[in-house]
Parts: sequence; C-alpha cells; structure tokens
Amino acid sequence: MTQQIQVNGQPESLATFTLEALLRTKGVTPGAKGVAVALNGQVVPAGRWPETHLSPGDELEIVRPFSGG
Amino acid sequence: MTDHFEIAGRRLNSRLFIGTAGYPNRQVMLDAITASGAEVVTVSIRRISLEGYAESMVDMLGSDYVLLPNTAGCSTAREAVLTAKLAREALQTNWIKLEVIGDRETLHPDVIELLRATEELVTDGFTVLPYCNDDPVSCRKLADAGAAAVMPLGSPIGSGMGIANPHAIELICARSPVPVILDAGIGTASDATLALELGCSAVLLNTAVAKARDPRRMAAAMRSAVEAGLAAREAGRIPKRTYAEPSSPQLGLIGT
Repeated sequence: MTQQIQVNGQPESLATFTLEALLRTKGVTPGAKGVAVALNGQVVPAGRWPETHLSPGDELEIVRPFSGG
Repeated sequence: MTDHFEIAGRRLNSRLFIGTAGYPNRQVMLDAITASGAEVVTVSIRRISLEGYAESMVDMLGSDYVLLPNTAGCSTAREAVLTAKLAREALQTNWIKLEVIGDRETLHPDVIELLRATEELVTDGFTVLPYCNDDPVSCRKLADAGAAAVMPLGSPIGSGMGIANPHAIELICARSPVPVILDAGIGTASDATLALELGCSAVLLNTAVAKARDPRRMAAAMRSAVEAGLAAREAGRIPKRTYAEPSSPQLGLIGT
C-alpha cells in the first residue's frame, strides 16, 4: 500500500521527504512571497521548510492571500 | 479637525478600508482602490491552486497598501486562529480582521467563538480587528479582551442595506474604548456618511464599490462620503426638534 499524505485536502502519495522538496513540486520555492504552510495544524515558517520531514498521514495546508472583503 | 486616527499605534489618514473581491477585473479593482483613497485593503487567505501558481496579491498591492488579511469562511475559533497564523506568516503582519461566522445564511458572527479567538490571538501578539454584532455588550467584551478596534456590522455582509440600527452603532461608538469601524452592509455613499456621523472612526466596505455599475466612481463617492460624515460630526449637528423653527427673521414682515 502506498503511503499517503493530504495536501490541501487532497490525498497524494508521499514521494518526497522534506517539505521544501514537496513545495517545489507545487511550484513554490523558498523565496516565494505570500505563501504560508501549516503541517498538522502548526505553521511552519519558510526558514524551516528544508529541515521539515514529512511522514505518512501528514496533513498540509498551503495558502496564499487571495481577493477578499 | 481630527483628520487621522490610530489603531495599535499606526496612524491612518483615510477613513475607508476597502476589500479586493468581486470587481469586474483587476484593473477596475486597482483603479477603484486608488480612487477610494484607502490605505488599508483587505484580503482573504485561501489554499493555493495545486495546478498552477497565480499572481499574488502581495505583488499587486503589497508595496502601496497595508494588507489586512481576514479569516472569512471560518466558523470556529480553532480555524480562525490557524488562518490568522498562516496570514501572519504569508504577509508578515500581525494585523488580522477576525471573522468567525456562526450562520452560513446570514453570515452573522458567532460571538462566543469570536471572543475565544480574540483572546487567543491577542495573547499571541496579534492586532485583532473583530467583525462583530452591532451589540454594545459584545463590542465591549471584545475590547476588554484586547481587540485593537471593533468592527460591528451595519447590516448583513453584501446586503447593501446600510446601517439597520443607527442607535446601536451610536451607542457602541459613544462607549467604545477602541476605534469603531463599521463593517458590512454599506450600500451607497450616504450609508458611509452616516457611519462617520454616528461616531465611527472608519468604514470597511467591498461589495458596494465592487458591484456598483461604475466601481471607480463609487469608490470616489465613498471617499467623499466618509470625509463629509467626519466633517459633519466635527462641526456638530443641530439638535432634532419636533416642531418647525423658522429660519428667517420674524420681525419686519409686511402687513404687520
């Protein structure tokens, strides 16, 4: 059975081991302005993306500012 | 003439906060924001599209305006607190327009969750601007919990019904230890003027401009409206009276 994580509510197989590597596959580079990430309900500052390891069952939220009132 | 006010030590000259949602296109939005004279613009925090990376609000507006992120769409203190923390990380600001919605249809705030989230975020160092009911008691409790301003609704979000209970807004303004920003319900310029006349420090609006036939002109109208309301308040309106009081002299009438 494939090991899975949830990214923005969508299941996907865990193919990379650091948060930084996963974000790169989403087009988010460490210098990206306005992007924030929460891992299992805790914000992970951009400086800690390279050292943050992912495990099966992890839930990630990747957000940015959007139009709003 | 009080031409500025302060929230958490930040001096603000414009009495208008404006939203960034629902404009016909990006250029109209940018023009309308410019025409409004607003210094503070609101944004939401949403999941990125996993398919592609879209243009950032930060690149578009971040250098010219104070971006005020909201927690729109949250219905529990827990969701709102996490959204606020993500917003702080994304925008490098500790300001948050705190929305905790208790009813999907009316979009009325959930006061209990709102107060809980306010307490938690204030403890964490946030400058909290809660969207709240037009109720003097909940406004006072939010201020006591450390909110930097309170933002009572005039009427339901996006309804354009204006200020449904002017007496309540006036009471809140008279008693609030923190600035009051009328949030939600503004339909046209006179609503914004009334908010300032009643004692509000500012008005936050979005739909009234974004969905107007001509958003640029409505934004300019709102700018004039808040200026007029503030000037009228400072000038001091006459008391209301039940009977007529002639304005022309009563002496020297012909035929007397």
